[in-house]
Amino acid sequence: MRATRHHVLPGFRITLGFTLLYLCLIVLIPLCTIPIRTWTMSWARFVDVVTDPRVVASYRLTLVTSLAAATVNAVFGFLIAWVLVRYRFPGRRLIDALIDLPFALPTAVAGITLTAIYAPNGWLGAPLARHGIDVAFTPLGVTIALVFIGLPFVVRTLQPVIDDLDAQLEEAATSLGASRWMVIRHIILPYLYPAWLTGFALAFARSLGEYGSVVFISGNMPMRTEIVPLLIITKLEQYDYAGATAIALVMLLASFVLLLGINGLQHWAGRRLVN
Amino acid sequence: MTRTRLFPVVLAVLVATAASACGGSSSNSGTGRALSLLNASYDPTRELYAGINAAFVKSWEATSHEKVTIQQSHGGSGAQARAVIDGLEADVVTLALAYDIDAIQQKGLIRDGWQKRLPENSAPYTSTIVFLVRKGNPKGVKDWDDLVKPGVGVITPNPKTSGGARWNYLAAWEYARRRPGGSDDTARAFVTQMFKNVPVLDSGARGATTTFVQRGIGDVLLAWENEAYLAIAESKGAVEIVVPSISILAEPPVAVVDAVVDRKGTRALAEAYLQFLYTPEAQEIVAQNHYRPRDPAVAAKYASSFASVTRFTIDEAFGGWQNAQKAHFADGGSFDQIYKPGAR
Repeated sequence: MRATRHHVLPGFRITLGFTLLYLCLIVLIPLCTIPIRTWTMSWARFVDVVTDPRVVASYRLTLVTSLAAATVNAVFGFLIAWVLVRYRFPGRRLIDALIDLPFALPTAVAGITLTAIYAPNGWLGAPLARHGIDVAFTPLGVTIALVFIGLPFVVRTLQPVIDDLDAQLEEAATSLGASRWMVIRHIILPYLYPAWLTGFALAFARSLGEYGSVVFISGNMPMRTEIVPLLIITKLEQYDYAGATAIALVMLLASFVLLLGINGLQHWAGRRLVN
Repeated sequence: MTRTRLFPVVLAVLVATAASACGGSSSNSGTGRALSLLNASYDPTRELYAGINAAFVKSWEATSHEKVTIQQSHGGSGAQARAVIDGLEADVVTLALAYDIDAIQQKGLIRDGWQKRLPENSAPYTSTIVFLVRKGNPKGVKDWDDLVKPGVGVITPNPKTSGGARWNYLAAWEYARRRPGGSDDTARAFVTQMFKNVPVLDSGARGATTTFVQRGIGDVLLAWENEAYLAIAESKGAVEIVVPSISILAEPPVAVVDAVVDRKGTRALAEAYLQFLYTPEAQEIVAQNHYRPRDPAVAAKYASSFASVTRFTIDEAFGGWQNAQKAHFADGGSFDQIYKPGAR
């Protein structure tokens, strides 16, 4: 880059330097302790710990429920964001404010509340149980807790983008003879893809690490409803720091790869939009 | 933001951080004026130590004319031990299991032989594991062997994450072993059978109580005696206590954290605080909070509030917590075997 080049914002070097320093202090150094702690164990023991059937069952539960919850949020979060931006109705601001509540509520409170509602004697749990659907203490319950905490991510990332989407574009397309489906397929979705994926990725990433709201509703049955963070706590209870960080490391790598993939997808969707 | 304007901001942030860090450490090391102790304890002792601390502050002021404040921290027993290991400046620890204090000792923060420094294995109060059943005891639960009957839902927290659950587990194990013809094999079969009746494994003791009392799940809750009394009071009689024929003598131990008191210069106060727990005054508070007092006179006075039950200690039955932990709750221990794929 040439020295004479002008940036809109001055101070490129100092801001970049600050960014790197800040990221190191806040993100990288704490994360570094994970591989360092893991280093204290032998390779054979590491493999033993991270491939234990119970641990593998928890990876599966955490990944499947997180993906399911992020998918549900992607669909219904989109609907909610669309309704909140495009329509004016009484109580809209109130609903808009409600969206952020899962962010603000301590997750343990959310977990206890959800368990109370979905337990076999709860408001929603009792009628569901009569139809043979158990929610609390099953993977379904875990998914519901994750849907609850992940909702704001999708809604809040989509709202400004939908707001930017010019309604005249849709009108123009319709007046040129495009069907509703064509407008959605060729105008709305391509424009929203990147933000939508971001919301999905955020909700998914949040779910992977969620502990507080899940442990109450999951029932923590080995091989069936144990989430990965619970097994990490289990290791810590035995003062097995290395074992705990080994599981954390696997989870960290898996999330990183998945998020990288989603980012790549987003990049690809964004370029397609430009072309 | 330009270079000239960014620097003052960064500088201000750094100075503020440094200043607050210094402030924090200087107030900790301040031993001159206001003496203060930090007691790191486990969850169900909240009400107990609220009472004890108030009484101790009063008695210390009366004898030495010094003002003291006792700060109190509660959490899971294992989590509290880890916090102390990781640098929480607790002068004394009052935890659920000797195993957790052993862990602090192994890091060199507490000297060897801590359990011999105070009377009664350094446990100024005891407790036991009892059953909580629904009003009228509809399933007719009387003793441990009722817990393995089909159709009896048993609620206990996960022994991997909850100290209390480990007491429950070991009590059931020892009951089976003491039956005629009992052995480690029959005990394993008994406990495995019992866990087939467990629908939910909460991560902590309070969580299990909530599952049983509020959510209405299960027929029997295995609980600390003091928790059971609290649950009865809170549920207004919807549940009642059943005392099994044999149970465990739970000895929640206390210890001075040597490394911390020597650095802060609070040893005399910390030791006085723990010795205070054995005085008749403190023992009364212990009994009122449904822990079993050690003091014979106080125990006699409150005898009617505690059912008599044959109790055995971890040392007698399992050769201490280190052995019990290794055999039953470490990775691959007897608890893991129950849930091994294909074992059910």
